[in-house]
Amino acid sequence: MRWIRRHFIGFIAILVLVYLFVPIAVVAVLSFNNPEGKYNTRWNEFSFDAWTNICGVPGVCDSFVISVRIGIISTLVATILGTMIAFGLVRYRFRGRSSTNLLIFLPMATPEVVMGASLLALFLNLRFPLGEMTIIIAHIMFTISFVVVTVKARLQGMDPGLEEAARDLYAGPGATFRFVTFPLVAPGIAGAALLGFSLSFDDFIISFFNAGTVVTFPIYIWGAAQRGIPVQVNALATLVFMIALAIVLITQLVGSRRRKMLEQEISRKSSSVDALVPKS
Amino acid sequence: MVAVVPTSSAKGAVVTRRKSRTGYFLLLPGMTWLAIFFAIPFVTLFMTSLQAPVPGKSGQYTPAFQLSNYPDALAEYWPQFLRSFIYAGIATVLALLIAYPLAYFIAFKAGRWRALMLVLVIAPSFASFLLRTYAWKTILADEGFITTFFNYLHLLPDDRILNTGIAVIAGLTYNFLPFMILPLYAALEKIDPRLLEASNDLYASAFKTFRKVTWPLSLPGVVAGTLLTFIPAAGDYINSELLGSTKDRMIGNVIQTNFIEFRDYPTASALSFVLMAAILVLVFTYIRRAGTEDLL
Repeated sequence: MRWIRRHFIGFIAILVLVYLFVPIAVVAVLSFNNPEGKYNTRWNEFSFDAWTNICGVPGVCDSFVISVRIGIISTLVATILGTMIAFGLVRYRFRGRSSTNLLIFLPMATPEVVMGASLLALFLNLRFPLGEMTIIIAHIMFTISFVVVTVKARLQGMDPGLEEAARDLYAGPGATFRFVTFPLVAPGIAGAALLGFSLSFDDFIISFFNAGTVVTFPIYIWGAAQRGIPVQVNALATLVFMIALAIVLITQLVGSRRRKMLEQEISRKSSSVDALVPKS
Repeated sequence: MVAVVPTSSAKGAVVTRRKSRTGYFLLLPGMTWLAIFFAIPFVTLFMTSLQAPVPGKSGQYTPAFQLSNYPDALAEYWPQFLRSFIYAGIATVLALLIAYPLAYFIAFKAGRWRALMLVLVIAPSFASFLLRTYAWKTILADEGFITTFFNYLHLLPDDRILNTGIAVIAGLTYNFLPFMILPLYAALEKIDPRLLEASNDLYASAFKTFRKVTWPLSLPGVVAGTLLTFIPAAGDYINSELLGSTKDRMIGNVIQTNFIEFRDYPTASALSFVLMAAILVLVFTYIRRAGTEDLL
């Protein structure tokens, strides 16, 4: 009885984690399905067709490539702009700080449908042609805030003593940034870029408003949902999921191993220093 | 000249914040982007919401000051508005109930599994949002295990889940769950476990410790999590479109169809504007009442 009580919360936690993965399991399992009829929602029979012929349905891979391209360009721009803002906010004083913070916070607190609609209203009024360009503009806009928040957290968590030490050792501002600040912030920037790419790659609502005739991967799925989603889409989504998960797990693993090695080295060095100090 | 002013950072250490033109230079490009493509569109959205139709030409509008667009749009679509807030509200409460035990476990009990569990919380977002939502069609199907089970207990008013409001709420709850878990975890992780031990040492029951210590200290996370879940849920139309019937449409569906299919830009703009205003009012009163204004 006590065992159950002690482990009850852990049991619930694992149930919730399983719940988070149930739909993904369904997507993955149905990628091996040979559906009866056009809707791939019920298991019929096992088939490898979608995986061996992943671009077999017209439009699937084209839309996938478009989404990857949009994701890379908008992530690149948003990461640069957002990182600059984060440095400015943490390191410099300036007037209008609270309105700056508000303008960064608001895109995260605005429903996507409102952002999509208002941006479309702007483009329509300017008679700006809709297409890949307008999608990229929109993606950069809503990704910047997430980059700022992520990089800012990393910058604020940094020990200011490290940069002071570099300056004390006669490193100029350029050298301090290159050898101390940037390597320390880099994991935060990389995390922000990963988050930005996944936001851009998976965005449907804002893209749909501003796409014109361009078909991104989510827009393709939306259109296909009415007439039946091809099995290839399930295979591609499963593939993306596996790759992303692998990247995150590997970086986590490498990070924790590096930390462990560093700790060992520090303890070894400090023990050798201890040996040199005469015991009183 | 560079003036150096010491300010205290979150960790209490002294950080030097310089005042120089470099600060403005760093902010300028990004903030300009946000001003042009986030702030100014609200002005054009407001202007569009007041436009009047060109007689005889559908889909064309001229600049006007037709304030009546607002009451007209609300009179026609208030049920969808109300439904959005009800569905999003229920989904937010459910998400809080589901997320809290997991966030609590990761913060206090996970030990060396903590990093892995956090990755697993974020991982579902790597699979397409639309496909994950679509997968609920399979899970909640009429002949499926879950629907059969609830029907056996006679709990379903329509004898089915798919194509009802229940499916839409289930989808919303699932889709925005990570937005609830992460802020909750961030708040719980900051709690000193010694406070819980102290409460235990003073003979407080587990429930009392939770009510008097854990819950109040986790409130900033509860506020942030409920907002991050409620706001996207209230504006969402994917769950309603894929999992609900035409009787379960939300305000997002209305805005989308009016904007893109009917090309009724003034109505759609007016509705977007009202949705944004309603959410902002809700957010600020909520934050003020919860007393966590430093959230911004």
